[in-house]
Amino acid sequence: MANEELALMAHLMRRAGFGATREELEARVQQGYENTVEELLNPATQDPADRLEFLRYHPGFWKPVTSPGMGAATWLYDLINTQRVLQEKMALFWHQVFATGQSKVDHWHEIQNQIDMFRELGMGDYRQLLVELAKNPAMIYWLDNCDNHAYAVNENWGRELLELFSMGVGNYTEDDVRECSRAFTGWTLSPNIPRNAYGRYNWGFEYRAEDHDEGDKTFLGHTGNFNGEDIIDIVCQRPATARFIARHLYNFFVADEPQVPSWSVTPPREPELIEALAQVYMDSNYNITPMLRSLFLSDSFKNARFSKIKSPAEMVVSTLRFVGGFEFPAPGIGNLSKQAGYMGQELLNPPSVEGWHTGAEWINSGTLMKRVNFAADMVGDLDRPGVQSIVERVKRQGDLGPDKFVDTCLDLMGPLLVNEETRQQLVGHAAESGTLTWASQTEIDQSSQRVAEMLQLVVATREYQYA
Amino acid sequence: MTSNKKDPVLVVLQLSGGNDYLNTVIPLDDPIYRDSRPVVAIPENQVLPLNGQIGFHPSMGPVKDLYDRGDVAIIHGVGYPNSIRSHFRSMDIWHTCEPDKMGTEGWLGLATRDLDPRKENVVTTVSFGPAMFRAVAVPGVPVACVDNLESYGLLTGISGQDQRSKILNRFTQMYTPTIGNDFVMDYLGDTGLEAMAGADILKVAPQQYSSGIEYADTPIAQKLKGIAQIHLAGVGTRVFYCDHGSFDSHANQLGMHSQLWSEVSDAIGDFFADLREHDAADNVVMLLFSEFGRRVKDNGSGTDHGAAGPAFAIGQPVQGGEYGEYPSRRAEDLTQGDLAPNQDFRGLYSTFLEDWLGLDAVPIVKGNFEKPKFFATS
Repeated sequence: MANEELALMAHLMRRAGFGATREELEARVQQGYENTVEELLNPATQDPADRLEFLRYHPGFWKPVTSPGMGAATWLYDLINTQRVLQEKMALFWHQVFATGQSKVDHWHEIQNQIDMFRELGMGDYRQLLVELAKNPAMIYWLDNCDNHAYAVNENWGRELLELFSMGVGNYTEDDVRECSRAFTGWTLSPNIPRNAYGRYNWGFEYRAEDHDEGDKTFLGHTGNFNGEDIIDIVCQRPATARFIARHLYNFFVADEPQVPSWSVTPPREPELIEALAQVYMDSNYNITPMLRSLFLSDSFKNARFSKIKSPAEMVVSTLRFVGGFEFPAPGIGNLSKQAGYMGQELLNPPSVEGWHTGAEWINSGTLMKRVNFAADMVGDLDRPGVQSIVERVKRQGDLGPDKFVDTCLDLMGPLLVNEETRQQLVGHAAESGTLTWASQTEIDQSSQRVAEMLQLVVATREYQYA
Repeated sequence: MTSNKKDPVLVVLQLSGGNDYLNTVIPLDDPIYRDSRPVVAIPENQVLPLNGQIGFHPSMGPVKDLYDRGDVAIIHGVGYPNSIRSHFRSMDIWHTCEPDKMGTEGWLGLATRDLDPRKENVVTTVSFGPAMFRAVAVPGVPVACVDNLESYGLLTGISGQDQRSKILNRFTQMYTPTIGNDFVMDYLGDTGLEAMAGADILKVAPQQYSSGIEYADTPIAQKLKGIAQIHLAGVGTRVFYCDHGSFDSHANQLGMHSQLWSEVSDAIGDFFADLREHDAADNVVMLLFSEFGRRVKDNGSGTDHGAAGPAFAIGQPVQGGEYGEYPSRRAEDLTQGDLAPNQDFRGLYSTFLEDWLGLDAVPIVKGNFEKPKFFATS
């Protein structure tokens, strides 16, 4: 059934990307589901966003200073413009897992470099990703490894590597945290950060052998004069790591899991799928792309439609891509980049190293209001090409009674599935102004306005909060 | 309870990130303190002394002024057994009173339910900040989550008053929970309806407000200003929650901790001055806490995660002074290098719940815990 294929493709593009226009969905249905998955898994076949084009119009955003939102604007430009949507989604994924924040790092450019690193390595070898993460200057500063010395161990990075970046609570002891931290002594920044970092220096990784603890360490049952990479080797081999990454991917792409700190005591929603993905991780020598392929081809994924609450970044980016006209880096992109923050997800500035609380926890009366208001303002703007395109498609249907009018709009917005009660309210609203007609310019103007208003009501629904 | 008829109000200010006990309430004339902290010790001549034994951090002037008025109770050694040194887990424990399993119900969410069991007022509790705190979150208990009081409202972009009210009416119908929905759909429904109702109530608060106090342009000062506006609007809010941070001073602690405390302290001073100016301070008490204190020894630049911390109860109804004992700094008395808690935080909560809000604390904190008695018993 063609409509089912379209609905499945729309689902894939919402989850593995940031949604797609109807034109793109129709083309991708022709191409086929598995071919589309392969294309997404090979980002080099698609065009990246042109960072230089952005900087040409916003030179001040190159190595931006401390003004809030300035770093996130650069990323928003990428998010709106890249054709490598899965690669970008994975950068967002790793930003959630390896959450590093401007609140402390105070250096947008270094966090952007970290995001660039996720873009480059985020779909490859997990071991390599962890090693580069351990050497990433923003991360080193964020978790104080620059203060982790042979003579004075600082456990911040060592603990989070085990608790949040690999195995999860319950798979190591406090002694392992200590020993792991010792192995990363001497992994620091070069040059030193100025006392007041107002002059922005480029940060680099530096290994200082004289500040590295050369003693034996006993970590997870292994003993030796371990350095940081040895620790990462041991961590990557652990089944707990395989399951932890698998569960993160599931939580991000398939369905909302409870918050990360409870994973040690709450079993996954679909243990078999987690085990299968963990096996792919092991079989592929810790490679992320095969895990993603398995995931997108699984029935669990295909059947998980509208079962996840959109993150604020997904809400903002998918809405902007949907209504269109934001591709050019016009003035105002700085303000636009703050919107996800108002909904509870300030990109490049997560609240803590735990990342954001996701799922239903994205929603409270404040953030729900922001989500509804933002999306309604966007889809209500008849000057936007994406909105015009929908109006055109509705218009092509000719005169429409309230039921047909609502069903057409829901179809063009997804297809979006809504409860019958929700649909009845939409139909009720449509019925108040009668049949949609297009006979004269006056009717066209009025009907266009009514379509835009219907879209506003659709994005205000509970169902639109789901991806 | 106080003798007047006004409903008691609780304001929680969470010091997120792990506030350093030893540099907040500083032990005087203590060689262990000086020896343990070659880098981050505060010179004794800068400490704001309270008595012969302890003093406040030099940035806490306005809190010291309130202390001198007799309005600040310092509760020593607060924590819980087997302290967890993970920020998130420890904060979860403080928020849910569940040290042994993952709790899903926030203590003040439960208190809100008891304060307003019939959900008559959707602004009984107001959470200030971009995201709602777990401490106030219980599924099905309405809590207003406000980040900016001035621009609070739903579908404000719809033009035409009539058209907007028609659309808002449809919104209400669409969000009304129906039988057969799952938890998240119901949660969305309730949240949407509460957002509608809360916005209608709260939008009046900034319009009615005028004050001689000029709050600083810091996040915490602006939050406390918003809390003052809502309190003064008399809309029946009983619990406010906000935070400031991050107090996670692993590195460069001296400058960072000083900056944070001057922001917090100035904001608290202005807040209570504002309430006094409007004769509205006598039914407001503030709780300050952090998810843990920090290690006794410094790490050459800052301090790592610790265990016991201090809490503060501030307000006219509070009997000022020290409660409990400052935990011993002697090496043999520490727990993994950290101050050992001697006052369970659930007892501290119980004091607020029972002796201030007039609720039964046992089901909320899940047990009986010794209460510090910083409210006058009538």
